Amino acid sequence: MATSETTPDVSAEGVSQDAPSAGTAPDETAHDVPRDMTKRDGSAGRPRRFTGTGRWPVGDGTAIGLGTVTIFLSAVVLIPLGAVIWKSAEQGPGGFWDAITTPDAWAALKLTVIASLFVALVNLVMGTLIAWVLVRDSFPGKGVVDLLIDLPFALPTIVAGLVLLTLYGTDSPVGITLAYTRIGVVVALLFVTLPFVVRTVQPVLLELDKEMEQAAASLGAGNWTIFRRIILPNLVPAMLAGTALAFTRAVAEFGSTVLISGNVPFKTQVAAVHLFGQIESDNTAAAAAISTALLTLSLLVLLAIDLLRRWGARRG
Amino acid sequence: MAIEIRGVNKSFGDAAVLRDVSVDVTSGSLTALLGPSGGGKSTLLRVIAGLERPDSGQVVISGRDATRLPPQRRDVGFVFQHYAAFKHMTVFENVAFGLRIRKRPKDEIKKRVGELLDLVHLDQFAERYPAQLSGGQRQRMALARALAVDPEVLLLDEPFGALDAQVRKELRAWLRRLHDEVHVTTVFVTHDQEEAIEVADTIVLLADGVVQQQGAPAEIYDNPASPFVMRFLGPVTEIDGRLIRPHDVEIRTEPGEGTSPAVITRVVRLGFEVRVEFTVRGAEGEQAAWAQLTRETVERIAIEEGAEVHVRPRPAIKHSIQIA
Amino acid sequence: MVKHVLRVIVLIYLLFLLILPVALIGWRTFGDGPGPFIDALTTHSALHAFQVTLVVAGWAVVLNTVFGVVAALLLARHEFPGKRLLNALIDLPLAVSPVVVGLALILVYGTFSPVGGWFEGRGIQIIFSTPGMVLATVFVCLPLVVRSIVPVLEELGDEQEQAARTLGAGGWQTFRRVTLPSIRAALGYGIVLSLARALGEYGAVAVVSGRTVDETQTLTLFVEERFENFDVQASYSAALALAVLAVAGLLATKLLRPRDGS
Repeated sequence: MATSETTPDVSAEGVSQDAPSAGTAPDETAHDVPRDMTKRDGSAGRPRRFTGTGRWPVGDGTAIGLGTVTIFLSAVVLIPLGAVIWKSAEQGPGGFWDAITTPDAWAALKLTVIASLFVALVNLVMGTLIAWVLVRDSFPGKGVVDLLIDLPFALPTIVAGLVLLTLYGTDSPVGITLAYTRIGVVVALLFVTLPFVVRTVQPVLLELDKEMEQAAASLGAGNWTIFRRIILPNLVPAMLAGTALAFTRAVAEFGSTVLISGNVPFKTQVAAVHLFGQIESDNTAAAAAISTALLTLSLLVLLAIDLLRRWGARRG
Repeated sequence: MAIEIRGVNKSFGDAAVLRDVSVDVTSGSLTALLGPSGGGKSTLLRVIAGLERPDSGQVVISGRDATRLPPQRRDVGFVFQHYAAFKHMTVFENVAFGLRIRKRPKDEIKKRVGELLDLVHLDQFAERYPAQLSGGQRQRMALARALAVDPEVLLLDEPFGALDAQVRKELRAWLRRLHDEVHVTTVFVTHDQEEAIEVADTIVLLADGVVQQQGAPAEIYDNPASPFVMRFLGPVTEIDGRLIRPHDVEIRTEPGEGTSPAVITRVVRLGFEVRVEFTVRGAEGEQAAWAQLTRETVERIAIEEGAEVHVRPRPAIKHSIQIA
Repeated sequence: MVKHVLRVIVLIYLLFLLILPVALIGWRTFGDGPGPFIDALTTHSALHAFQVTLVVAGWAVVLNTVFGVVAALLLARHEFPGKRLLNALIDLPLAVSPVVVGLALILVYGTFSPVGGWFEGRGIQIIFSTPGMVLATVFVCLPLVVRSIVPVLEELGDEQEQAARTLGAGGWQTFRRVTLPSIRAALGYGIVLSLARALGEYGAVAVVSGRTVDETQTLTLFVEERFENFDVQASYSAALALAVLAVAGLLATKLLRPRDGS
């Protein structure tokens, strides 16, 4: 395709900044990228005034800023994380493997991954459902419910754990005792991950072109068909991205599970709590190995989200 | 009759959008619902499609009372202003959607979609996603999608409203040709009188939720039922209490029967056409008006700014309205 | 019909997961009136925990704000090699378990590491002391300010800044008089988010603080420690105080959140 012909046309419209569908894949873009294309889908219609970075002198300001940011980021994040991986690599692959496969570490990692997968799946369904009800339904008190969804993000994790233990502890006022059980761990993880899927799906559902559904209806599609063939495919990227975020958060979660899990090795001890124990008993090498395992898992999932996002953007 | 609308009323909250609207659409015709924005034309189209339910009144499609039918069962094709393309489907899948819902055999779907894509000149774009198409191409895809299920009537809501002027002109002519080929009863909404006059064989002029006039374009243009209709369909000016088209103003150097004295204030040459502005000294004082003349006429009678002339509506004209 | 079923499912789920637990803690705390609540929060340990929390969160928010603004300006206004990498690295802390954060900081800044030892030699203790807790809190808050400002800066464009420069304003003047007023709401949003996160951080701080009562104990650590020691009233009271702060932060972010599409 004639990339060189289409590109100037696109940037002249000012869409190269905000229309990844057109901008990032010029060889897939229609030959005659039209002016009116930018006017349609709301976001793209608003002209971006950002005229590019080229005109800024790359001078002392950039250098000083970049230096500060690099040093800060290195001191706080990069060098410490590097040290964890270094410490873990020092033991060699065999040592690393031994450290994460000790019976208690392996049990904690297994519980964490399985519980997180389960929590991610529940979030996939319930989060989408909650987003649906918040967007498409209306009932008194909906605004308050909408506001409450963010509470798990705002509430300190230890408080979240305490709150759940109060309701589902040994003297549960509703008669449900989940303390020191795996179900208790799952409930704690469900609590802290609640907003992810809701908050990624909700805006997509809000922005979803209602006319698509009306077009499908006038072509003869019933409600279920419209949901399955029109709405769902448009939500899937957001649903999966939210689920992946919920999964990484569940894998990393510590504070909310401390109290409700009771920290019973082989039964309710999740990886982060096990890791905490290893640090407390100065078993740094094993702790570094488990940390590396957790980091790798999270990074793989984040990478998957990124690929997913590109895949979604490509289809516009 | 393909569509009969009887006494339809529709309100959104306190605002009455359609008031006792009755319209007939003949089979095989191409009808324009014309009117200013907020006049109720889009609502009327959506009532026909079943996307809005009227508060009272009746909608009959091909002799069948459709008032209570959901959109799925009305057998109408609807084309939205903003295309309503299924973003997650290719062009082929978009057009095939209605046929797949109807569980038609694969071969038939393939053949039918192929024909339609040929018809709308999108045959090379079958595997593209809507995001990779231009606005005009998306609109043609939406049209093919609506035609795929052989609807009784085709409804288009401001089909060219989101397109720029050039593409708009091309698609207009193309829609007219397409209709002559396919002959499906078509109703389209527009606020552009030029578009309605150029494309449609019947115009229904809707304003304030009321049908102001309906008929053939030439008939409405020549015999407007009210000053509003006359103003809406083209430029007007006022001479001696009469509303007339500027091209029906006669400018003379000598007084004659029914002329009023006037002074030329400005002459604007727009190529072949010349816009002449003047002040009429009528019975009720001075009044600004203008005339649309050809360059030839202007040169012949040597009109220039400041000249004293005499003006009157051309004696032969039918369409002027006494308003004072 | 389907609509009502879905609504009921959602409300029951939220009732048992979210609403009942949070309501219950309030009820438990005030079960015997406000007296015990006030008493529990005015003990020496509780007040000290408040103070530690404020100091740590305050430093962390200040550092994170400076870093956030500089990083956001770099990402939105400058081109430099490694920009994509920086962009990706800023989100990294979100994917790291708080306990891993703690371990990572101990490995570099602990007494037995070269860096930590160097500081120790100059009388500066980092781990098991305030600087370490600040570092841990900065780590977990790192993306919040940057990610609040960058979209606004990009949306804003650089025309106003260029106009200011043609009118003779220097870099700092342009920032203070043109850029800063335009990103004020977004910056406020980022700061509130950071503050809420900083006040509530538990895991990372638990690891690097050493959890010494009356010394490095923050409010979240106080909640846990009191609970483990069967002082439920104190634990609930502090938890409720934190929850109230969280709700206040939540409401503040709702007010500050940049309006969509305006």
